[in-house]
Amino acid sequence: MNPGLGIGDSRFGKTYAGAGFSRPAITAIAIVTLLSSVLLGQQGFRRTPGAVYDRDVPGTKSGPSPRRDISGIWEFANGGAEGIQADGAKAMPSDGKPEHELPFTAEGRKAFMNNKPTYGFTQVPSALTNDPMPGCDPQGFPRIVLHNAHHEQILQTTTQVVILYQFNKKWRSIWTDGRKLPSNPEVPAWDIKGSPPPEARFWGYSVGRWTDDYTFVADSNGFDDRTWLDNAGRPHSDALHIIETYHRLDADHLEKTITIDDPKYYTRPWVALDKMPYRLQSASLEIPEQECVPSETAKYNQLFANPAAK
Amino acid sequence: MRRMLVAVACVALLSSALAAHHATAVFDLGKRLTLTGTVTEWFWANPHCLLRFDVKNDNGETTHWVAETQAPPNMTPFGWSKQSFAVGDQVKVTLEPVKNGQPLGRILQVLLPDGKTLVAGNGLPPSGGDTRP
Repeated sequence: MNPGLGIGDSRFGKTYAGAGFSRPAITAIAIVTLLSSVLLGQQGFRRTPGAVYDRDVPGTKSGPSPRRDISGIWEFANGGAEGIQADGAKAMPSDGKPEHELPFTAEGRKAFMNNKPTYGFTQVPSALTNDPMPGCDPQGFPRIVLHNAHHEQILQTTTQVVILYQFNKKWRSIWTDGRKLPSNPEVPAWDIKGSPPPEARFWGYSVGRWTDDYTFVADSNGFDDRTWLDNAGRPHSDALHIIETYHRLDADHLEKTITIDDPKYYTRPWVALDKMPYRLQSASLEIPEQECVPSETAKYNQLFANPAAK
Repeated sequence: MRRMLVAVACVALLSSALAAHHATAVFDLGKRLTLTGTVTEWFWANPHCLLRFDVKNDNGETTHWVAETQAPPNMTPFGWSKQSFAVGDQVKVTLEPVKNGQPLGRILQVLLPDGKTLVAGNGLPPSGGDTRP
């Protein structure tokens, strides 16, 4: 099998050249690869949506990291399943273990106990949940990364880092034009003529900066407190502040860390995603469609969730 | 024989990982049922796909089963698709039933009419860690 690099992929030649194969060996690999695709009835090296193709190949080494660049299509380095955090944030799952107990304030604990998730230590049957997501309410940020996370495509412009998320085809803009994060989302700290003041948002308000040539840090606030942080019903207040750190390790690898800072609900900041490794995918990868569809959810509830909870 | 041992080991590992990862309240964790029936609908949808099928017992009585999988994007890496089943297909379904005795469960694997088996990853990477077609 080839290591997942297809014809038309700019890294095709680089990887094989870097691996030090002789010309006959390269020819043999090419013949076997082409034959395999013919035998499988595929059209060339077309990639199937939903699959992860670009993985690390033993014996190969990635090139150097580009400067101030985290753009590209990214998937979890250890496979797509890494992003499915059914029982809550990867670094702090809701599993009842003392080391994963969150530093709730009294108000935060009360909010947590009022939430009725279908996964995690305080789970209830689907029919009894008050999770906003099954009804297709916006899951918002950071839940889109801390629950059923999949591919992300990062774009960089002169004024923004834009992240496109697979789930529900959502996106976030992280401003990089030097504006400040509003100290109070209702009272913007910058002056944009004719622009209304920002209001609480499902996706927050985000600004970012490069702290060195390979590390991009984003701060977000202004969150609508109706969303949950993760699938286990961890709550947040309107004072939520999130710190995201993207560290580019080399040409093919990126690490993401998410820290939750919410002084109303938590006594100290806590890390929800800890250096989660991502692998760069081919620029020709098709990100699959994944939508929350109210009518499909209603049918699922009627046929399965409700009778299962009786 | 060696292949069979490897297969048994894989199933055992898969089962324990499933129980650990998807500890949902409604399922009778660890219980397994294998049912042979006729497909009446394959609902390829979010948040979970549903396979509906009729199972006849020795007395000729029919029970209608509904079994779920994960959402489509989580199933495609394992070879599942909207075309995986047609109405009328004879299938052998291995599932983990719900606790309350209703004919509901979540699919672990399905033996298709052509002899192929579809395995539900339920959040786990496909065997071998390679998801390419």
